[in-house]
Amino acid sequence: MSIGTSPPRRDGLEKIVGSSLYADDLRPDGCLYGATVRSSRAHARILGLRRDPAFDWTGVTLVTAADVPTNIVTLMTDDQPVLAGGITRHVHEPLALVAAPTREQALAAARAVIVDYEDLPALFDPELAEGNAIQIFGHDNVFKKISIRRGTFGGRQGIRVRGRYQTGLQEQLYIEPMSMLALPRPDGGFTVQGSMQCPYYIDRAVKRMLGDERVNVVQAVTGGGFGGKEEYPSMLACHAVLLARASGRPVKITYRRDEDLRATTKRHPSIIELDTLVSPGGHVLEFGARIVMDGGAYHTLSTVVLSRAILHVTGPYRAEAVALDGVCVATHTPPNGAFRGFGAPQAQWAAERHMDRVARTLGLDPLELRRRNLYKEGDITATGQVLHDPGGFAVLDRALAAAEAPVDDKTIRPGVTAPAMARGRGLALAWHGCGFTGNGEAKIKGKVALEVRDGTVYVGIASTDIGQGTETIFPQIVAEELGIDTARVQMLPHDTAQVPDSGPTVASRTAMVVGGTALAAARALRRHLQSTAMSDEHGFDALLSRLAPDATARVVETYEVDANIQWDMDTYQGDAYPCYGWSCVIVDLRVDTDTGEVIYDRVVTATDVGRALNPVLASGQIEGGTLQALGWATQEEVVLDSRGGMRNDRLTNYIIPTALDAPEMVTELVEIPFAGGPFGAKGIGEIPMDCPAAAVAQAIEAATGAALHALPMTPERVLAALETPGESR
Amino acid sequence: MTRFRCNGMDVQTGAAPMSRLLDVLREDLRYTGPKEGCGEGECGACTVRIDGEPVMSCLVPVCQVEGAEVQTVEGLAQPVVHAVQSAFLQHGAAQCGICTPGFLMAAAALLDENPHPTREEARVALAGNLCRCTGYQKIVDAVVRAIAKEA
Repeated sequence: MSIGTSPPRRDGLEKIVGSSLYADDLRPDGCLYGATVRSSRAHARILGLRRDPAFDWTGVTLVTAADVPTNIVTLMTDDQPVLAGGITRHVHEPLALVAAPTREQALAAARAVIVDYEDLPALFDPELAEGNAIQIFGHDNVFKKISIRRGTFGGRQGIRVRGRYQTGLQEQLYIEPMSMLALPRPDGGFTVQGSMQCPYYIDRAVKRMLGDERVNVVQAVTGGGFGGKEEYPSMLACHAVLLARASGRPVKITYRRDEDLRATTKRHPSIIELDTLVSPGGHVLEFGARIVMDGGAYHTLSTVVLSRAILHVTGPYRAEAVALDGVCVATHTPPNGAFRGFGAPQAQWAAERHMDRVARTLGLDPLELRRRNLYKEGDITATGQVLHDPGGFAVLDRALAAAEAPVDDKTIRPGVTAPAMARGRGLALAWHGCGFTGNGEAKIKGKVALEVRDGTVYVGIASTDIGQGTETIFPQIVAEELGIDTARVQMLPHDTAQVPDSGPTVASRTAMVVGGTALAAARALRRHLQSTAMSDEHGFDALLSRLAPDATARVVETYEVDANIQWDMDTYQGDAYPCYGWSCVIVDLRVDTDTGEVIYDRVVTATDVGRALNPVLASGQIEGGTLQALGWATQEEVVLDSRGGMRNDRLTNYIIPTALDAPEMVTELVEIPFAGGPFGAKGIGEIPMDCPAAAVAQAIEAATGAALHALPMTPERVLAALETPGESR
Repeated sequence: MTRFRCNGMDVQTGAAPMSRLLDVLREDLRYTGPKEGCGEGECGACTVRIDGEPVMSCLVPVCQVEGAEVQTVEGLAQPVVHAVQSAFLQHGAAQCGICTPGFLMAAAALLDENPHPTREEARVALAGNLCRCTGYQKIVDAVVRAIAKEA
């Protein structure tokens, strides 16, 4: 038995001895280093690019927009150029590329490209973007609008509660900066190798840019992604390939941290207004929401981020009638993109803070209010989906029990015990749709290949391990089904020339959806061997023994969509997700009322994971996501300059939590199985991001009476709130 | 020419005296354990030990290690992997792994001084290293149990 046990991660030994090769560790012979010439303006016409005549250009390759065969970064829409030519729409936008024998020479050459601009008026405020005379995207600067209506409004008696909630930008801050290598192939094509989540996104983007199919993409060991390496690497790979094409040499581009912070995607900022009618007993009768998200200058994945936000904005609570409206707009800021949670954390921050506001208004206990509205069996969501086995009460009970259990002193951080410390506890609940929304999986048709050679089973998937541990989990799934030792299951390299397209490594879908396909593939492999061996033997080795010793086999399985799932993209009605994960988080903290600093003592999480395929890896996902959410809650603030660029572009001033900032964590895994997942597993990658910020805000309110409604709750904001308690901000 | 010992071997480099030790280790000596996460001493991914002390190699000019003993995570694994390396593997303390070599060097230095640290002592010793994957929980688990397991 392998499922439910925690064998150490497959790639662990190399990682602890330093022999894992990340992109920047790869050094092909004759490799040049690439650097990027970036826009210094938010919105401008580019009049021309010139080489500084004082600079020694010997050995330097220069590429501009004129050298790009098809100047589009292929993703969802065709609005973003690989290199901006006529107009630049955000500061730090790539305008040109250089390659040189050393990194220092390349950086110096990039600085020696002189750009002439004619400034144009720029637009930074997302609330003014829609329909503004300054045009960024389309005719109205709207990337996407979504509305959901269910039930009828009016005719009900109740108390109206309104609130406005905001969240800021957040940087993924993978510790390995972006890095990509392009190698000319003997056949005239290119191999791309680097740090990435989605090899086939890059494969498609580079092939389309070049108009040439002779491209393969290989993932190097990747030092974290969190969504940040979902779409941006397509742009970076196009850049590296352009330089390799122009120079005829391998080219590597590794961003410095400051460049990575300035240029790459962040979490979408949001402004969410909620307007509810509640009964005196605290039942939500009518739930209205208006969501505004800032997508930045190009679309990237904004449509889908907004979709996930609107689908989660009620939180895990029912309402008799809902009217939800969302818009994601364009501004002249660097594009925002995928980040763990993908719109759901912003939405549920608002939903949970609003629950606290309702409780305050009605004079009800916030926990009791939640119990009265939390989804139960058979409840119907805003999209009309009937819920089966909702886990809200299960995770709530587990979290409360764990939080109340007697604790070993060693599991509580000794927070500073200054007299100005106020203690508080806060709780929040969330749900998170696992996998792609609606009919997304039906469109993707993710594939898994299994090959048998010399008695070993090789798993071919395009899904990448960026730290979650999927290189370890997939052998567990396949070995379990075939009844063999996990050591006999190996992973093929994530090379688009060798593995089928399993869909992107996103949306909490790898273990659940691709893992489910791997399980189906293992069953298909057995049937294939039975047919080849003309035997109805069940055992893998018994079947192999009936075949020639050098016999090989290969099966490719495609994800089978549950025919019962119905989704209407036009009305946003139907089964939004195949299943939901559920989470409850309880935070114990102290507030330094002199400085406004929040100090975390302990965090209890209870998360419905369906089935913990590998409990150590599963809890690792939850603990890491929880701290990333605590950073978003109180520490991480992106400060923009007058051009809309990130001013605090260093790790000295963009502050993420250290081991001293982190609480001790108690991680409870609740298992409510999902029949469509492998051995019952649900997606778990993103749900840890959903609850913590709201639990922190409730705890700050419990400790001090100050109610905060905007993230991040930096010491400055906490102090300001302490000075005017009870006010909404 | 700067001469020093690295992972028990005598090495020399003709790199400019103010070259970063990190670059000499990675570019000239071809070690892949020390990583560059920020280049300004904030993330700790480049941590190595100089005469036993954990130091961020992106902030050290190579001339400063003349005659010193430098150890990278590759050296920590010689002749056998250090107890804290095994503990990282066992307790799931490495996820994406990019910060892991730096954490291991800081943790090994702590355990040399204090073989049985409390969780809080471990947190203090590791506060100069950033990890974005683990929430530090399993890293602290691994460090406090590394030596206990041996005893």
